[in-house]
Amino acid sequence: MEFLAQLVNGLSLGSIYALIALGYTMVYGICKMLNFAHGDVIMVGAYTLSIAMSTLHFPPYLAIPVSMLVCAVLGVTIERIAYKPLRQASPLAVLITAIGVSYFLQSLALLIFGSTQRKVESAINVGLIHIGDFAISGNAVVTLLLTIVLMVGLTWFINHTMTGKAMLAVSEDKGAAQLMGVNVNKTIAVTFLSGSALAAVAGVLYIASYGYVGPYTGSMPGIKAFVAAVLGGIGSVPGAMLGGILLGIIESLSKAYISTQLADAIVFGVLIVVLLVKPTGLLGKKVTEKV
Amino acid sequence: MKQLLSKKNLFLLAVIAVIYAVLFALDAQGFFSRQAKALLVPIGINIILAVSLSLIVGFLGELSLGHAGFMSVGAYTGCMLTVNLDLPMYIELPLAMLMGGIVAAIFGVIIGIPALRLRGDYLAIVTLAFGEIIRSIFNNLSVVGGSGGLNGIPKYSNYTIVYIMLVITIIVITNLVNSRHGRAICSIRDNKIAAESMGIPVVYYKLLAFVVAAFFAGIAGVLYGHNLGILKPSTFDFNKSIEILVMVVMGGMGSIPGSVIAALLITVLPEILRGLQDYRMLIYAVVLIVMMLLNNNAKFNSFKQRVFSKKAKKQGADLAKEGE
Repeated sequence: MEFLAQLVNGLSLGSIYALIALGYTMVYGICKMLNFAHGDVIMVGAYTLSIAMSTLHFPPYLAIPVSMLVCAVLGVTIERIAYKPLRQASPLAVLITAIGVSYFLQSLALLIFGSTQRKVESAINVGLIHIGDFAISGNAVVTLLLTIVLMVGLTWFINHTMTGKAMLAVSEDKGAAQLMGVNVNKTIAVTFLSGSALAAVAGVLYIASYGYVGPYTGSMPGIKAFVAAVLGGIGSVPGAMLGGILLGIIESLSKAYISTQLADAIVFGVLIVVLLVKPTGLLGKKVTEKV
Repeated sequence: MKQLLSKKNLFLLAVIAVIYAVLFALDAQGFFSRQAKALLVPIGINIILAVSLSLIVGFLGELSLGHAGFMSVGAYTGCMLTVNLDLPMYIELPLAMLMGGIVAAIFGVIIGIPALRLRGDYLAIVTLAFGEIIRSIFNNLSVVGGSGGLNGIPKYSNYTIVYIMLVITIIVITNLVNSRHGRAICSIRDNKIAAESMGIPVVYYKLLAFVVAAFFAGIAGVLYGHNLGILKPSTFDFNKSIEILVMVVMGGMGSIPGSVIAALLITVLPEILRGLQDYRMLIYAVVLIVMMLLNNNAKFNSFKQRVFSKKAKKQGADLAKEGE
């Protein structure tokens, strides 16, 4: 029973990672860049939620869309100002810029809200759910369900709408997609928009179980989600979901049964082992070299 | 021997000695404020770190996000040695630096092996993971003080020692890069497949670059520990690795003088901005973004070229006159 409860915890943590990892992987698929500022979008989402709920007294069903909207606008703005001029630049220059944006968001939050962590009332309040004598956290179940809905929605969006198909086309071959009449700039903007909106939801869910938000709240889940995206094969949407869930389960099980402090080391160790066996991640495409 | 004592090398030696003497004299005259004086050693350490990382990033062309990991391994090894040994400083410190470097180099091999199978971003994430694993292990190792840190390290690092190590690092890496081995490393960066088909052992050279870079990062770590007198695992986090990477990228990829200058600026900049307190990180972030945007802006680059080519043209004209 204890094991089952830990598994549910892992699933809910993993689904948060998966939501963040989706943003990393979609951006990577299309722009071939590691968007290190993505983790801090979570933090912005959490702060927005906190302001909307405690200062403006919005109900949760209004506060969550507001925070998604703010993050989506933020994501598109970041792309327009910092990444768009660097389309032709070396990947390393883009990486450093992304890190610069990450520092910028963190220090801006530090200036506005101060370094003390702010208590956030949870947007999701579901008590324990009893199944027989077995009780599981209601928040974990809600998190899991919400993530499943979002993932099904995203998969449908990518595979069945014109914009989604354009995203697939751009990630396959930017130049060819442009020749076929796909508006590449618009598609990239949509990618950042949807990735950041998902990150906002992840932020809301993360805060629901963590309770506090500070300027650096986003950085560790950001790195973990990045690891999850790579674990599943960066650039692959199902891979990000799988990687996120796996990572969450591994983390909460090793916290429960091995060591709380070493959980991070175990998570990163698993990543290294997986990459040694499958160098492009679990579901990543194998790239054949052409000479 | 004749080559070693060539005019160029003697000139270089003189320049190195003069820089040292000038800084030393300025220091003795009390020219530096206490703040500036306290910066001399960190500047030197950061230069060693940046130059060593530039071997991996700039010359081998692989992205490493775990340089702080190598640094911490070296730092802990060296500092454990000096804390537990009771030898005079001039034996203890070189021994600590050597051991710190060697252990870090061994970790360079360990992390270099996956590097042989992985490419680009996947390798970057493995180095990041390596750095985080090292940090959480040190966090939980009670022998080295755990998260509270390793205390009571003798403060041996001073300007002279750091300067000597800095010069050695630059000389070794410059010579490596300009040698046959260095050309092999650069050829892997430029085109791995072409290099392989020309008979260059890619595996060997990739490992070589990782090992040499890790060795010097380890030495920098030892100097770091003996400068502060305390080592905390939290100092060697992801942000430290990024800081070193920023130095290399800002200095210009594959340029050792560039790395040196960038390391100097990035160490000094936060101190200059100290008066601005909370705005410091914000300004640093903005500078970082603007630098990257400007460097990749076609208009700015053509402007830069115009300015520099004017100079070059003038020099060319002067030379032509002399020729007449």
